[in-house]
Amino acid sequence: MEDFEIEMLRILEENARISCEELAETLGVSAETVKESLRKLEENGVILKYKAIVNWEKLQEDYVYAVINVKVSLSREKGYDDIARRIAKFPEVHAVRLVSGEADFQVVIKGKTLKDVAFFVAEKISTIPEVRDTVTHFVLRTYKEEGVTLFADEEDRRLAFTP
Amino acid sequence: MQTKKTEDSRLRRRVAKKVEDLRPSGIRRFFDLVIGREDVISLGVGEPDFPVPWRVREEMIYSLEKGFTSYTSNLGLPELREGIVEYYRRFSLEASPSRVLVTTGASEAIDLAIRAIIDPGDRVLVPEPCYVSYKPLITICHGEVISIPTNPSFKLTKETIEKYVDEKTKALVLNYPANPTGVSYTKKELEEIAESVVEHDLIVISDEIYAELSYDYKHVSIASLNGMDDRCIIINGFSKAFSMTGLRVGYLIAPDDIFNAVLKIHQYCMLCAPITSQIGAIEALRSLDEVEKARAEYLRRRNYVTKRLNEFLEVKKPEGAFYAFPNIASTGMSSEEFAERLLFEKNVAVVPGNVFGECGEGYIRMAFAVKFEKLKEALDRMEEFVNAKG
Repeated sequence: MEDFEIEMLRILEENARISCEELAETLGVSAETVKESLRKLEENGVILKYKAIVNWEKLQEDYVYAVINVKVSLSREKGYDDIARRIAKFPEVHAVRLVSGEADFQVVIKGKTLKDVAFFVAEKISTIPEVRDTVTHFVLRTYKEEGVTLFADEEDRRLAFTP
Repeated sequence: MQTKKTEDSRLRRRVAKKVEDLRPSGIRRFFDLVIGREDVISLGVGEPDFPVPWRVREEMIYSLEKGFTSYTSNLGLPELREGIVEYYRRFSLEASPSRVLVTTGASEAIDLAIRAIIDPGDRVLVPEPCYVSYKPLITICHGEVISIPTNPSFKLTKETIEKYVDEKTKALVLNYPANPTGVSYTKKELEEIAESVVEHDLIVISDEIYAELSYDYKHVSIASLNGMDDRCIIINGFSKAFSMTGLRVGYLIAPDDIFNAVLKIHQYCMLCAPITSQIGAIEALRSLDEVEKARAEYLRRRNYVTKRLNEFLEVKKPEGAFYAFPNIASTGMSSEEFAERLLFEKNVAVVPGNVFGECGEGYIRMAFAVKFEKLKEALDRMEEFVNAKG
């Protein structure tokens, strides 16, 4: 990995829509080098996806998110990885994490309505044989997502000229 | 004696002559021009666009809740002074906390340094273009400013010092990385300057406020060079690295004899730096990762600005700070005319170079302490402006 690539990834993490030309100008390499390097990084899975962080609450098109704490029982045949994969395969599942504390997994579900999510958990998650218990927490409001605050930020109060 | 108290009949001048004779800052006029204009992108701001790290703000809020609102020692909070010593190791300097004075911004530190060492008639070398406050402060002390023009390289060298130094010269003001030129010095370049300093027994007032923003090599304090510790007054602060501009907290590191002189003035005029800001500064020194992030962003902008500017004007790549200082002579306009018309025609605010000394004529200062998108837009507008004139 070259130095400019690390820097490039940091920029992309903040703004995935920046053009190759602009990246090249800021990083001091050619646009060709940027394109080549992006292709490579995409190919070997360093860059997984380019996506937007949407504040759906701003629209009528609201989604329902829920954080589900899932307790499982392990066996010789079925470990954490096996169970996690099974849960993760559902498109309704937004995130799956193995966590410390009372639960084993923290699963984030995205659905259209409260009912959707509740029934999805009841029908698809709870029924997995290794799942012993689930606790569902519906998300009421999101204040920060992926490092971005969703409330009005501070305005620039600096004077136009300072020596 | 009875006198009527009207303006005409006053028996003596009310404002001291040395103050009356000072020229007002040239930036002031542009300040008035920009008022009331909408959609102005200002590249005239000499302060960071990053917010003060939240951890720092939390510490200050908490300290107020706990009731920390008193004076501190004249010297500053011991924990902060120790923190500064630890911090300055990154610039290769080993100092003792007993030589660190916490001041109300680096500006106070500059004033103290000059007042502590300048007798009437003492000469001070000031490489130009330079930050606007050195010369007036020297003049107020009845010192004599010896301006050293450094264009077009903007680098002070041993040869230039030798041309201007004489037996009445007492001090040299060095600011690096520099406002407004972005010029800085490598260890080797500093060693050459140090030779002249030792040879002519000068004191260096080394304003290192932009030390964190060095892009091409590590900042080295000139005081860390062999034999220089005893000849340097280091000025620094929390404004540029930690965005704490309005909180007014800086510091000064000086040799014992000068330190004692500086402390005398400080304890009579300022007493101490604001305690809230000092507490914030202690936390700031624990938030160096935030500075790292800011530097990376400035570096990106530095590269971009240099490349874009060189497509339609001439600019030296800034080695530090957040200023580009392009030459605009090719447009046939003076610095002030350029800045004024750019503001009126394209709503982009820059500072004319002559504000920073006569030899800054033909240049403008652009601060890249604005969000990347705005910087890009400002450069687009400037390019249009310059090309339309050419």
